[in-house]
Amino acid sequence: MSQENIQFPEPLLQEVARQIAKFPEGKQKSSLLSVLHLAQAHFGYLSEPVMDYVARLLHILPIEVYEVATFYSMYDIKPVGKVKLEVCRTGPCMIEGAEKIVAYIENKLGIKDGETTPDGLFTLKTVECLGACGYAPMLQAGEKFHEHLTEAKVDELIEQYRKNPIANYLGLENYGS
Amino acid sequence: MDRKLLLEHIGVEGIHTHDVYRKNGGYKAVEKALKSMSPDDVVEEVKKSGLRGRGGAGFPTGMKWSFIAKPEGVPRHLLCNADESEPGTFKDRYLMEKIPHLLIEGMILSSYALGCNQSYIYIRGEYMFVLQILEKAIAEAYANGWLGKNIKGSGFDLDLAVSTGAGAYICGEETALIESLEGKRGNPRIKPPFPAVKGLWDRPTVVNNVETIAAVVPIVNDGGGAYAQIGLGRSTGTKLISASGNVNNPGVYEITLGLSVEEFIYSDQYLGGIKNGKKLKACVPGGSSVPILPHYLVCKTATGEDRLMTYESLSEGGFATGSMLGSGGFIVYDEDQCIVRNTWNFTRFYHHESCGQCSPCREGTGWMEKVLHRLEYGHGKMEDIDLLWDIQRKIEGNTICPLGDAAAWPVAAAIRHFREEFEWHVKEPKLCMTKNYGLVTEKTFETVNG
Repeated sequence: MSQENIQFPEPLLQEVARQIAKFPEGKQKSSLLSVLHLAQAHFGYLSEPVMDYVARLLHILPIEVYEVATFYSMYDIKPVGKVKLEVCRTGPCMIEGAEKIVAYIENKLGIKDGETTPDGLFTLKTVECLGACGYAPMLQAGEKFHEHLTEAKVDELIEQYRKNPIANYLGLENYGS
Repeated sequence: MDRKLLLEHIGVEGIHTHDVYRKNGGYKAVEKALKSMSPDDVVEEVKKSGLRGRGGAGFPTGMKWSFIAKPEGVPRHLLCNADESEPGTFKDRYLMEKIPHLLIEGMILSSYALGCNQSYIYIRGEYMFVLQILEKAIAEAYANGWLGKNIKGSGFDLDLAVSTGAGAYICGEETALIESLEGKRGNPRIKPPFPAVKGLWDRPTVVNNVETIAAVVPIVNDGGGAYAQIGLGRSTGTKLISASGNVNNPGVYEITLGLSVEEFIYSDQYLGGIKNGKKLKACVPGGSSVPILPHYLVCKTATGEDRLMTYESLSEGGFATGSMLGSGGFIVYDEDQCIVRNTWNFTRFYHHESCGQCSPCREGTGWMEKVLHRLEYGHGKMEDIDLLWDIQRKIEGNTICPLGDAAAWPVAAAIRHFREEFEWHVKEPKLCMTKNYGLVTEKTFETVNG
């Protein structure tokens, strides 16, 4: 991506303005995490030029964006697949068979935890507790939670996402991009 | 029978919408407070109710509110902590998803009590779908005059907005939450100054959990005195419990504090017993950070009393033989679960979530994870068990925020109660890969204490 291609379309710029307006004047930096979610959803991942663009939008220094983007686990600073399958691996999910689900997906897609399929469609990632412990095992794809997973359910999900890959986060249809 | 103060109308079709919520008695507390109560009256009712923070620490909410500084001309802020990330806990998500207006109503009441005109709900990034539900509900509340300028002609103004995290357990710690809401890394601040004096943008700030704020609604409706009548002793009111693990009916339950643990686990009205007719091995009653209890200390205390779902009873016996109510993340383990594996899993979590500011936590959690990993995979030595004990002791109390303690306690409790299972992993390095240890032997109070 070159610098000049990095530009939010109008509806997303309006969404940025709405996020900034949640905070008092001069405190626009408070919207940084929200704006980074938008940037990641739109551009696929947070490359350096994308982070620089966000810094310009919010009138803050690029370093202020970098240090945040590298701290929070939901931000990708390297390219990822169109659909991120994030399987919860913490305690309650583990005792309900999360490890088997991860192994099943690894086998099915031929990738390991943290890798992306060669067609760029799926990234598999194990993540820490997503707050679905009573409905374990579970995974998150985009902003959707898929709970009570079984191998059959995983098959279904992967099939569904193959046909209709969703962007990562904030279902961009909301902003008409 | 349990009183339902928060989830009474949860089954009503469309309760997530303003109109249905309103028809079921919603926003009556706001009407009452704005018409007939001063902000101090609301604080007084909350004090009288005995309500304690539902996020985990259990600090009296009314007292927390009374600490807020009120310098002339400086805005104050109320922040709702919806960062729910404690493993085993998913009650706030449930409440926000099903009945978002209850939280909004609580935010209006609490903001009024504290004199805040700009309040925020900080929600974890993974709950983006819940954030959208909340934003829709907030828009409805504005449209119906419950938010904005001069609410219902009372002269009280309130703006409420939701902001998001991006995957960091540490942001559930109140000063890390504040940092994050300022658009920074979630590094906890050194206290003092406390948020009540210098919080968001250095202004006086109160941070309360979702469930705590929601509980203000029935307190204002029925009075603090009536709320204090429910529950047992200093554990007043009801509590949302997130139940998970090897039970027949996992899910979110609103219980009256004082219910017996035995009834909660085994009654069909609640968890319906252990799945597949297995035996109970252990229980973590308040989220991953609280001490794990072996089977014989779950339903009874060390002195043979019935263990109850209260702040006091769950911590009866201190850390030697008790635990904590914590966030109400109630995780049940059957006889087939491995405590070494579970402890390793939790420690990996804390290592992953440590913000990295304090060396004891940053280095210690990683070190414990490595030692637990080799014990679990049959490469451990006997000394490793003492080493773990030593590391956790050196983390506890030596960090800026409680994440260090939260990482130390589960390890300490696992060794305290399940030492023989750890030793078995060393003695039977091959067997431990294919078999589980089963139940540990019952110990008397003295040996547990040692």
